[in-house]
This record gives sequence, C-alpha cells and structure tokens, in this order.
Amino acid sequence: MAGAFKEYEDLLSPKQLGEIKEKTEGMNEAKVNKVLKKVYEQYSNSKVEAGESVGIVSAESIGEPGTQMTLNTFHFAGVAEMNVTVGLPRIIEILDGRKEIGTPMMEIFLKKPYSKGEDIKKLALNIKETLLQDLMNSVSVDIAEGKVDIAIDNEKMQEIGMRTDSVISAVEKGMKGISVKKTEEGISVKLKSKDEKLINEVYKLKEKLKSVYIRGIKSIKQVLPVKRGEEYIIITAGSNLIDVLSMEEVDQTRTVTNDIFEIQAVLGIEAARQALIKEVFKVIEDQGLNVDIRHIMLAADTMCFSGKVKGITRYGIVSEKSSVLARASFETPVKHIIEAGLVGEEDKLNSVVENVMLNQPIPVGTGLPGLIVKVKK
Amino acid sequence: MSEVYLNGKFIGEVEEPIVFVENFKSERRKGKIESNANIRYDDKLKIVEIEAGKGRATRPLIVVKDGMPLLTDKILEQLKKGELTWSDLINQGIIEYLDSAEEENAYVSFSEKDLKTDNTHLEISPYTMFGICTSLVPFCQHSPTPRVNMGSKNQKQGLGFYAANYLVRMDMDTSLLHYPQTPVVKTWMHEVYEDDKHPAGQNIVVAIMSYEGYNMEDAIILNKGSIERGFGRSSYYRPSIAEELRYSGGLIDEICIPDKEVKGYKSEKDYRLLEEDGIVYPEAAVNEEDVIIGKTSPPRFLSSFDEYNLAAAARRESSVAIEHGEKGVIDIVLITENEEGNKLVQVRIRDEKIPEIGDKFTSRHGQKGVVGLIVPQADMPFSASGMTPDLIFSPHGIPSRMTISHLIELIGAKVGSLNGRYIDGTTFHSEQEDHLRKELLTMGFRESGVETMYNGQTGEQYTARIYIGNMYYLKLKQMVSNKLHARARGPIQLLTRQPTEGRGKEGGLRLGEMEKDTFVAHGASLLLKERFDSDKTVIPVCEKCGLIAIYDTHKEKAYCPICGDSDISDIEISYAFKLILDEFKSLCVYPSLKLKNKY
Repeated sequence: MAGAFKEYEDLLSPKQLGEIKEKTEGMNEAKVNKVLKKVYEQYSNSKVEAGESVGIVSAESIGEPGTQMTLNTFHFAGVAEMNVTVGLPRIIEILDGRKEIGTPMMEIFLKKPYSKGEDIKKLALNIKETLLQDLMNSVSVDIAEGKVDIAIDNEKMQEIGMRTDSVISAVEKGMKGISVKKTEEGISVKLKSKDEKLINEVYKLKEKLKSVYIRGIKSIKQVLPVKRGEEYIIITAGSNLIDVLSMEEVDQTRTVTNDIFEIQAVLGIEAARQALIKEVFKVIEDQGLNVDIRHIMLAADTMCFSGKVKGITRYGIVSEKSSVLARASFETPVKHIIEAGLVGEEDKLNSVVENVMLNQPIPVGTGLPGLIVKVKK
Repeated sequence: MSEVYLNGKFIGEVEEPIVFVENFKSERRKGKIESNANIRYDDKLKIVEIEAGKGRATRPLIVVKDGMPLLTDKILEQLKKGELTWSDLINQGIIEYLDSAEEENAYVSFSEKDLKTDNTHLEISPYTMFGICTSLVPFCQHSPTPRVNMGSKNQKQGLGFYAANYLVRMDMDTSLLHYPQTPVVKTWMHEVYEDDKHPAGQNIVVAIMSYEGYNMEDAIILNKGSIERGFGRSSYYRPSIAEELRYSGGLIDEICIPDKEVKGYKSEKDYRLLEEDGIVYPEAAVNEEDVIIGKTSPPRFLSSFDEYNLAAAARRESSVAIEHGEKGVIDIVLITENEEGNKLVQVRIRDEKIPEIGDKFTSRHGQKGVVGLIVPQADMPFSASGMTPDLIFSPHGIPSRMTISHLIELIGAKVGSLNGRYIDGTTFHSEQEDHLRKELLTMGFRESGVETMYNGQTGEQYTARIYIGNMYYLKLKQMVSNKLHARARGPIQLLTRQPTEGRGKEGGLRLGEMEKDTFVAHGASLLLKERFDSDKTVIPVCEKCGLIAIYDTHKEKAYCPICGDSDISDIEISYAFKLILDEFKSLCVYPSLKLKNKY
C-alpha cells in the first residue's frame, strides 16, 4: 500500500496525497494505484503549459470585469457612519501598492470567553483611541494666569470607566512643560515657563491639548462591535495590527487588517501576499464579478517576489523590468532611455514588448521554441 | 433695513424689503419696469437681489391673484380671435417671466384645479417643461425618460426638407429626403414650429414581428416595393472647394487642366471630365479619384537660379478629386471671388441614396435600427386585406425598453390614416388610448391593433396575430455608403511608412494595443508578427559600431560612414523601430545594435 504512495511522493503535493489516502481507505492496492494514476493525469493536465502568456491572460481577465465595476463607496451603518473604499478605487489602491490607503480597517476576533459578547462594548472602547477632546465638555482659556481649564464629560468618563486622576497622569505623560491640577469640573493645565508671548503659547497649548492621547490603541478611530455567527467581533476604522495583536483578549490567529503594508511589517511577506490576494478577491466578489483566483495570485506574486510589497507602477514593479525598451514603453520613456544611455544598458530583447516594437516573433506561445542545434556560419 | 443689489452690485438700502419687492413686482406688471428684470428677497441673508442682466434662464408663468389666474376665459377668447397677442399679455402683467432666483419666492401651482389662495403663479401647461425636440415625441408621457431623450436626439439626425433654398446652398454634408410627409400623429409642437413646411420623415405601415431572424438585435426589414415607391430616398450633397491662392513673389495657383509636365500629374483619364476652364461640367457622373477641379500650384521651394538645372522648376499638381469611396453627379458649379479677390470655385456633388442594407432608420421613440434585409414585396407578410407592411420591427425591442409610446403611436396613426385626420399626441394632452382603440373597433379592426397575417412566401396563416399599424419613420443621416471601407494594400504615411488613417485616405484598419494583447494571450506569435509587418524594412547595420550603415546602389555595396570598411549585415525590423533609433540619437543616446545569428 505504502509503495503506491511512495511512487507519487514527488509528483503530487502532500495535501493531495493525504486526501487520497483518506478517501481510498480500504481499497486494494491495484485500485489505489489506478486512482493515483488518474489523479496525477488530471493534475498534469491542469498545469499551465510552457509558453502560455499568463501575464496577459491575467491582465485581461482582471481588466475586462474591471470595466464593469462601479465607483460607489459602500456605506456602513453603525455607531457612526463609515465610508469604505471598495470597487475600482480599492483595487487600484491595492495594486498600486499605496502606503496610505483610503480606509484602513481591522476585524478583531476575540478569544473564547471574550467572544461571547458580555463586555464587548467596554472592550471595544478600550481599543478605541481616546484623545482628550473626546472627553471634553468645554475648554476655557485664562490668559492672565496662563492656563487652560477643561471641563470633563462625566458621562463619557463613566462609560469608558476612567477617573480624572488617570486623565491627569495621561496628560502629564503626553505633554511636556506643563503642570496639571484637578478642579471641580475637570482639570486645569498650566504652562510652567513664563514667557512674554504667553498669550500665543496658551492658545497653542489649548490646541495641542485637544489631541493629547489618553488611552486605547493609537490610530483606531472608531470601533463597532458586530455579531458574526455565534461570536462577537470588533470592526474598527483605523488600523494598528501590532498593538491589537499584543492584547490578551484578541485571537491572534484570525484578527486581520486591510492594510497590506502593516501586515508586511508585522507578519512578513508571505502574509502580505495572502492579504493581497484576499483583499483583491473580496472586492471582485463583492461586485458580483467572477475572476479566477489564480489571476490575482499571479498579480500578488509579482508584487511580492522581491521580498517587499511593490506596486504595479513605474516606481514599483515596472522599474524592475530588465528591458530598457519595455520600461520606456510603459511610462516616462525619455527618462528611461537617457538613464540607460548614461550607464550603457543592454537590452537582450527577451520579452514581449520589445519584440513587438522590433517586429520580431515574440517569445510566447508558438514563438517560444527554438532550435538547439547550432548552425555553422 | 435690507441691502439692495442690482446685478450683484450694492446700490443702496430699503427700510421695508418685502413691501419694496411687492411694489417692484406690481410696477413691473404695469409695464413701468422692464419685464425681464427679476427681484428676489432672500430672507436668510436679509437682502434684496435684482437681476436684469443677460444669460439667465427665465420662463413664463401665469400670474395668480387671490387664487384666481389673471388669464381668464375672456382673454383666451380674445387671443383666439387675434385681438390680443403674447406680448400684450406680458405688457398687461398677465404672464410674467421668472428667473431661478425669483422662482424661490414664488408659489407655483401645477394645474388650475390645484390652485390655492396663496399661490402666486400658475403653470401655463405641463408640457412647457419640455424643449422643442422633446415635445416632438408623441405620447411621450407613456415612455421612460431615457428613451424619450433618445427619441428627441434621433430626430435631430433625421433627413428631411431642411431648407427651402437648398438648391443654391453650399452646405457641407447634407441630405434631402425626397418625399417628406408631416406625421399623422402630431404634437402641439408640430403646429407651433410648422412641421408641415419642413417635415423630416414618412408615414409608413409597420408590423411588429420577426422575419427569418433578419431583424435581430435592433435590425429592421424593409419592403422592396416601398423603397421602389420612394420610401427613404434621399439626395446627398457635398461641395468641394478650390481657391487660387496667392503666394509671396507674385506666384499664384491656377485653375486649369494641368500640363503633363506638372509634378504629380495623375493620368489623362483622371482629367477627362474637365472642361477648358479646368472645371467639370454639370451633370457629369463622377467616380472616386476623378478630378473635378484641376489646379496647379507654384513649386514649393523657389531655389535661386540654378545653372545646371536649365528647366524652370515645375509647378505642382494640386487638383481637387473625388474622395476615395465616393461617387455622384455634379450638381452645380459656382465660380466666384472670395474676400481677398482670389478666384474661388465650388462644385457640389449630388448622389442619390436609395435605402440599402446598413442604412439607419428610427421611429420617434428612441427605437433606431439598421436595415437588416430588403424583402421583395411578394415575400412580405400580408394581411387579410392584402396589405403588406413597409417595415418590420422586432418585438424584442419593446419589453426591455418599455417604449409604450411607440406602441400607442402605431394604433394612433392607424386610426388617423383610416379616418383621414391628424391624431394629437401632445404630452399630457394626447388623445386617450382607449378612445383610439374604440374608434379602431368601429372601423372594423380589432381594438387591440392586431391583425391576422399570412406568410408571404408560403401563404400560410401565422399562428400569432400581428400588431400592425402606421408609424412615422425617419431616415437618419448615417448611411452605409458613406462609411463602408476596407483595405488590403494602399497608401502609406511618409514619416512612419505605416498605412494612412481614415476612409478618405484609403486608410488601414488599426489593430490597436488591446487587440495586440489578444494575439499575445493566444500565443499566436508569428501571426502577430505578420499582422504588424506593414512597415517592415531591411536595413544594413555595421557590426563594428552597431549603427545603421548606408547602401550604395551605384557600387552595389553597403558601407558604414563611421567605420568605413567593416562587416555589414542586413536586418529586418519595423521602420518605426528605425525611427526610434534615430530619436535616441537625437537625445545623444548611442543605440548600438549587437547582432547575433538567430540559428
């Protein structure tokens, strides 16, 4: 029995072999052999043939449905309205490899006891980044004394379970050159240094105080607890993968962000590739279009194979093409030609674009095979 | 206190803005203030704005006082008798024009029966919301807005009797329909703009059915008998212009039959239609490439007297010829002078266009289609009375587009034609559909509009009853004979050696970037190469420096102007690539070709 599988060890993937093993349980060896042979035959047939121009086929397969995509943004009804970039703009954003994406979002899954949703609201508020302005009721500036009085919203404080003392320490931590006192209504912040330009300084202080970080996870702008199936998850606007993952309550294995560069930084390039595929496929699926996932995989592979996520732009992938003519035919031709001239670059004419330019057979499909025999001159 | 602005400029203040505005309006209605001045009180900004400048869209409304329109039945009687005119109504303040700003302060009632005491104005009629072209779509309240829009756009392209002085006009690219008719189903706009003086279509019998699949995808079937009786016939006119231009040095173009010495002389056959003055004679049948105005121009570069070249530089041929793919008859020849006193010759070509497969026709409901088949009358389906339709329209064009007005017009025109009267299809005021159907019934037809029909080829009765009636159809100015084009070999451009572009220049049909990609996707490498070798060239290349060498035809030898005696090899590339190599050189980039034997 094992002998039959051994023969195919190098030909089929372990996953396939495992599955066959499971399903052929109890068959005799001849039958198993037959199954293996058939599977290998089908597997070989489904492989892409040499000389197939997978790039163009992928580009056409993604590009054609892309023309039908709408430019609408998708509305999210929840605690606060969120607009999410979807459709064509999102695809462009992903494939361009933009560092700053339109709407960074996270889906935070929780570990067992927390995912039941008992304290979900509190947990969500803990994750949300709280700035001093979120807790303010009113601000008044005392020019004579050089201080800023802040009235604190007690309801909000209760909601997130914070005391004025901890706010004071957070403010002290977040800013330098100030002293903070507790008052009846809230806190009072005073500048330590006495300057002639006090008035200006106080007003600057007032503005700065608004954005002082109090607690929560930085750059998580909004949180929205949602029930998905049996468990509760938290959807956030804004993304901070590393800090969220280091929380005790969070299920690190499932929590995701839509910021590919963050995934690359935190989880590495393989995760980034997977995220790219998932994000692009999600957009295409949401639009009700049908594109084979392998086309997207190819695009993701080309973006990631260098070890860093690179966009399909003249600064990213295209700048890495070896052929001068191919680069020049994409964008900014003069720049590429002059730079190639400066260093004396050589174009081996190995790819499609160059050969179309020269009216030579392109090395794809029927143009790929050549003679091995050397002909004497 | 409110600030007052006239045409956006501050001019003063008033104590009681509302009273001021009311006074202004009543003075305007009395005629003491220009009727095109509009006033508005902005109660948020507390300012009064008066606008009397140009460029504002204004619209007329009936003035209402205490819930009663000022336009009374008595006045309407007087209008009918012609005792009053439109401008009288405006002068008397019965009707006034409001701009968008004053409309903000107005409370307009849509119809007379909806009038309330606090209404300030009354809409003249609901159909004033449509423009001229849209008003021409009959029963358009029954169709979706986009279709009505298309219907009104299509009518702008319809051929008709566009101008009564067409005989002496030299319009570019115009057509004249031969037997135009005014529609049986009319709207109020047809009366207003006097459609019967310049109609643009014909009333024909339309059956809604399929016919052998030749009217799939918006195609239509035409009856050959109808075409022979004159349906959709038109004349196409196109003028050609030649001018005797004056150049520096007292040189001048000359309109004449070109000499054989002239540079670029075509052939005697091409000039055969020219008379002594170098212009064709009227009613000459001309074909593509025939010269209609012979002209020669002075040489392009006047070189200083060249002792070796005794013959004076030859003049250039610059005749006007019929464009590729065109034909016709010379309609008129006009010889005049232009503003600069140069001789100007205009020749108008006329061509009779008989409907053929590929011509475009439309009803007035955004239901355009291309002729898919022309059927001999004998083979057309016929009704019990022996009637054959002039046109067969596909039923698949109806459900998804929901052009109900198309269907109602068919019944309406059927009633109108049978009874010899015009049918009113004015939007919101049209004749009732059920009245039309009842009238049809009284004349012995089914009120549904269907009739029993028989197959024209076999004589068998169709199982389905066919919806048949009359409709107004327009021939659109897009005609195949002006567009049909194909090329195998032909002229090329001087710079790139690629085929020229466009039908007039017998151009090639471009295989573009995305089309190229499909060849690549199929891996059809050599087919792609073949498709793109329209500009292939063989050039000698110096193997030492890698630059393009020179081939000396006298010595029958190629040499490199830089390296002198070196190995030269011929390579086959596209001329466009040779050009880009030259451009690289102009950028001071040295494009050295390293040659390698392929095999």
